Amino acid sequence: MPVDSAAVFAWIQRAAAQLHARRDELTQLDSPIGDADHGVNMDRGFTAVLAKFDLQGVPADIGAILKTVGATLVSTVGGASGPLYGTAFLRAGMALAGKESLSGEEVGAALDAALEGVKARGKAHAGEKTMIDALEPGIAAYHAAIAAGQDTSAALTAAVDAAEQGMRDTIPMLATKGRASYLGERSIGHQDPGATSSALLLRAMTDKG
Amino acid sequence: MTVGIVIVSHSQRLAEGVVEFVSEMAQGPVAIIAAGGKDTGELGTSLEKISRALEAAESGDGVLVLVDVGSAAMTAQVALEALSADRRARIMLSAAPLVEGAFLAAIRASMGSDLASVTAAASEATEMDKGL
Repeated sequence: MPVDSAAVFAWIQRAAAQLHARRDELTQLDSPIGDADHGVNMDRGFTAVLAKFDLQGVPADIGAILKTVGATLVSTVGGASGPLYGTAFLRAGMALAGKESLSGEEVGAALDAALEGVKARGKAHAGEKTMIDALEPGIAAYHAAIAAGQDTSAALTAAVDAAEQGMRDTIPMLATKGRASYLGERSIGHQDPGATSSALLLRAMTDKG
Repeated sequence: MTVGIVIVSHSQRLAEGVVEFVSEMAQGPVAIIAAGGKDTGELGTSLEKISRALEAAESGDGVLVLVDVGSAAMTAQVALEALSADRRARIMLSAAPLVEGAFLAAIRASMGSDLASVTAAASEATEMDKGL
């Protein structure tokens, strides 16, 4: 089944609901190694995203939906996750401009654009205890599943499994980006909040979000 | 006309304090604009505040942007990307320490120096002699 704008908007709604429900958990993850605002910031950002669509309606153009999400996150999140996730959604939106229905390959291209956006904005790569540690293995698993002939839904499920493994793999990592990096070895032993919200966003893309 | 300066900080009061201090030191007609905190005044950085400050600081000779830490640089980069190539070409982001960089940049800007010179002045902040 192709992914249409209603499916994309349903994903955004599930993401917003999950971020709200898990706000305190994300903030608690952010307190030993960050500045204890990740859950609050992401909840504020996605609440603003839903308010924006309430006001202006949901366009059929999937690229336009994602660009609205990105611009709103950059404006409302307030912490580093604002420009990072904002750039991810803006780049994905640019990759899908004018599309009203997506094939599995097009979803993959948008995920790639989002990941490249995060890497470029944060000047980061895998292994630094960041959202990239969930996104990169997740997106790689997505492409592998599509290449193996699976449909979009099955590929997204594979992506979530790999992303959640990547998220757990951040626990023993030494942070080398963001506030956590200034803690040195004390950053070890904590799951990265950004990797956690990234896995959450990928899970929301499945209907199990 | 002189090069304008934008101070991006997570704290509204910190940004305003840097502007207060540096404006006094510059003793000249330099537009030094604060872009601190979120729109609500809470700690954080705001795309809107930075975009407005970039506009307010631009007199035609360009703008130097100084940032504190973390998302300040990233949010400033996003603000720049939203501008036309022409305007973006007249804006520089400085990696200099916020207070010292703004201090040196403001004095250089007050002399009527161009954007490249003001940017170079800010970058001298890392080796600033404090008499210690």
